[in-house]
Amino acid sequence: MPRRVAMIGAGMTKFMRRANDTPKEMAFEASKMALDAAGLELKDIESVALGTAPDAFDGVHMKGEYLSDGAGSFLKPYTRSFVGGGTGVFTGAHGWWHIASGMFDTCLVVGEEKMSSAHPHPQGAFLTIFDNLIERNLGPNLVWIFALEMNRYMTKHNIKKEDIARVSVKNKGNALDHPCAQLGMKITVDDVLNSETLAWPVQRLDISPTSDGAAAFVLASEEVAKRVTDDPIWIEGVGWNVDTTIWTNRDLYYPKYVEYAARMAYKMAGIHNPPKDIDFAEPYDPFDYKELHHMEGLQLCRKGEAPILTREGVTARDGDLPTCPSGGALGVGNPIAATGVMKLCELYWQLRGEAGKRQIPKDLRTGVAQAWGDLMQVGTVVVMRR
Amino acid sequence: MSKEYPGNPLNSKDFKKALKTKYVPTAEYAWSAGHAINRFLTGLKEGRILGIKCRSCERILVPPRAFCEECFISVDEWVELKDTGTVNTFAISYLDTMANRIKKPLLPAVIEIDGAGGNGFLHMLGEVDPKKIKIGMKVKAVWKPAKDRKGDITDIKYFKPARGGV
Repeated sequence: MPRRVAMIGAGMTKFMRRANDTPKEMAFEASKMALDAAGLELKDIESVALGTAPDAFDGVHMKGEYLSDGAGSFLKPYTRSFVGGGTGVFTGAHGWWHIASGMFDTCLVVGEEKMSSAHPHPQGAFLTIFDNLIERNLGPNLVWIFALEMNRYMTKHNIKKEDIARVSVKNKGNALDHPCAQLGMKITVDDVLNSETLAWPVQRLDISPTSDGAAAFVLASEEVAKRVTDDPIWIEGVGWNVDTTIWTNRDLYYPKYVEYAARMAYKMAGIHNPPKDIDFAEPYDPFDYKELHHMEGLQLCRKGEAPILTREGVTARDGDLPTCPSGGALGVGNPIAATGVMKLCELYWQLRGEAGKRQIPKDLRTGVAQAWGDLMQVGTVVVMRR
Repeated sequence: MSKEYPGNPLNSKDFKKALKTKYVPTAEYAWSAGHAINRFLTGLKEGRILGIKCRSCERILVPPRAFCEECFISVDEWVELKDTGTVNTFAISYLDTMANRIKKPLLPAVIEIDGAGGNGFLHMLGEVDPKKIKIGMKVKAVWKPAKDRKGDITDIKYFKPARGGV
């Protein structure tokens, strides 16, 4: 039987278009804040789990090793995990098994990304995800995969673009209440629909920004958690799953790998009826339609139903099933691995009632966070409870 | 949750003035195509689209691979497919490969190759008004002249609407 694992402190930097701080400095700031919040010192930390995206983003090889000092792992057991855009939420599982296995009583978990160093933008670093033998010579752009997936999803369910735009309006609006947000904005559906078309159906305001930032949290065994806090938040379910990179051989309208990751996490957490048993969610929203796609993969609604729930206000912060109360990747910003960690931090702050102006105005017991990545193939899910 | 968050944003003006180092990687690669894609690309050079059939699940795999990832067995039953198919999904891209803005859009699409049970690959659409492209539209490959083909995905120039219209 795995041991119970508690989150006992969280921290993050501002998410920024371009940070002066180095990646290591950002990792240090977020880690230090998480330790302070937990009331622990580095000497209390027995293991460190780090998540960060490919080395090409930073142009720094051995990025995990480079970041290790900043992540508080000087001469400690340390590993870096990477599962594409799914990395941030995956660190919740990565840290979880350090404690659940009984190997360690504490684990500092850190996510960091500095995307601005790839100058003027990281497009060239992204392109190498496409198949080197039969795709790259077509001259693809990263936005294509989202446009292709979004079009398939919209067409399959006959979804109007305006119902997708509402996610961007909601999340950028929610981010106005987040002190770390890069792109909190009050915008309208028309603003989204009138924004520049990049690769139809994807328009400028459908997309999250590139960002610099770091986020971190401290995990502890039940024994340590009960000693240092009266209000631990428990990681009760973790799940992850990967589909093939041969993405043109599957129907992009539905993320089956997210469903499988969610079912794995829900089984562990004893969740039988997700829409009823889950109070709020932080699905991954690098593009507005992705939040909807992921709500469906997370079994929070039926296939094709997420846009309707969004239109009806169900997913608003004061709705029955708030999604991305933080402001999400669209609003807070999207420093890839740090984004997923930020989502786990948001579950923690919301469940403890410490989310300030972002606090969901209802009694919260269970939240789920999810991330997604690579060639539309990775699903990572973490369920947390108070 | 504490009130002060760390992090020091730089605007583009300050970034210009900031001390920094620069580096442009020169990393060049040449990839051998492997068993399955070598044959697939050879087929393209000959003006043919080849798939491979898994004897266990009976799927026609396009793009072909040396093994079926579901059944986890080697596959070797090559099948020649038609050069026609259906648009599974598409985009109208005003971004080129390095995200520069372009006036005449690129038209990437996933093409389900006829006879492959819905399987297919990424390619481009051409000879079509972007406004008239529909998911489900029937398309046909437009090949480069035989002398210009070199065993590359671009031996097919693009797919155009089949039967002369949409």
